[in-house]
Amino acid sequence: MTARNVIIPTGTANLASVLAAFRRLGVDLAPVQTAAEVDAADRVVLPGVGTFGAAADRLEEVGLTDALRRRIAAGLPTLAVCVGMQFLASSSEESPGAAGLGAVEGSVSRFDDDLIVPQLAWSQVMPDPASRLVEPGWAYFANSFKLTNPPDRWASSTATYGKPFVAALERDGVLACQFHPELSGQWGSDLLQRWLDATGVTA
Amino acid sequence: MRPVTRVVPCLDIRDGRIVKGVKFQNLADMGDPATRAELYQDQGADEIVLLDVSATPEGRAHSLDTVRRVRDRLSIPLTVGGGVRTGDDAARLLDAGADKVGINTAAVARPGLIAEMADRFGSQCTVLAIDAARNDAGWSVVVRSGTESTPLGAPAWAATATDSGAGEILLTSWDRDGTNQGYDLELVSAVSSRVSVPVIASGGASDAADLIDGVNAGASAVLIASMLHTNRTTVERIKAEMLAGGIEVRPC
Repeated sequence: MTARNVIIPTGTANLASVLAAFRRLGVDLAPVQTAAEVDAADRVVLPGVGTFGAAADRLEEVGLTDALRRRIAAGLPTLAVCVGMQFLASSSEESPGAAGLGAVEGSVSRFDDDLIVPQLAWSQVMPDPASRLVEPGWAYFANSFKLTNPPDRWASSTATYGKPFVAALERDGVLACQFHPELSGQWGSDLLQRWLDATGVTA
Repeated sequence: MRPVTRVVPCLDIRDGRIVKGVKFQNLADMGDPATRAELYQDQGADEIVLLDVSATPEGRAHSLDTVRRVRDRLSIPLTVGGGVRTGDDAARLLDAGADKVGINTAAVARPGLIAEMADRFGSQCTVLAIDAARNDAGWSVVVRSGTESTPLGAPAWAATATDSGAGEILLTSWDRDGTNQGYDLELVSAVSSRVSVPVIASGGASDAADLIDGVNAGASAVLIASMLHTNRTTVERIKAEMLAGGIEVRPC
């Protein structure tokens, strides 16, 4: 049976790039709109969106917040990118009052004022010894906000922009990346392939 | 601390082909965009910029197809600009595979477009392209491919635009474009010191020394075109020379 690989169309800016990256790996992601579809999917991709608050509103509006929270708690195959990763936290300086999934402790804060922000740059990623998917390499980041402290119970990769910040989180089938794996060249493509391989049936 | 410098090949596109001129005029055919974009990616480019310089609606429609073809092959960031007048124009480019969208003439005519795009797609997706021409007082912003001058000063316009949500400035010196005389370093410095977002230096670079000068003047990224299209050098060679010149770049 073909795996059900889906993407949550959060009104993201670069959905087409994520789709193209998976297509190059032989995987077609189907857009989903309902919690039932998220529950039934083998793999779910939550791409980056404009802002933390916009993500919260959009996911709540279509009733996907709880479905995502359940998936991540259960460690089911889920890839979260950029703001998608930040959305695992409970809150962000970017959108005070907006609630994230609360799957990781710590809040999301803005880069220091003495830096050029947004960070639109390639930076070196250093995996945690417990990382199974992320390897050392260069990744492309496009963010103004970041999760500063590695949360407990997750394998946290780090990168440095002024100070260290969380570049990726892994636990069971969940991979959350602050960087854009779909825009990180061969290294990013290899990471997506490893996530596909580690999360069961391919294609 | 500054970010690792990006080396960004730029493809000017007209009717689905790469073109390059001097001061935006006398355009010559320089090959197929998808083939070239992939070549530069393989050489170690950090990002690709496509600027649609088509003069007609037919040419514009063609460019969406070009974006799709480039996206299919590209696993690095892709910025697309040229002829974007509305948020819906930007959405069409994003749907075709752009990661960032550049706006220029339309933002001057209707500055509200900047906030509209930043709210809808995020600042990191909203690139303000400025074409700047020297005048007695500094630099004025020129529009419509440099054919029309405006009362705006380039550094002040950059500051206003970033306050409105532009997340990056693509700064082209109209005086230097295609001339191989190096970037207008005073322009790069004047704009970089007014904004806290990344500035991409553009217009006039002919070798790695020019790029190094651009970074030292304040640019976060350097735009290059002719020197690659003519096969005079490669991204890999440029990066090696920049590294030797003390500029941190992503290894190829």
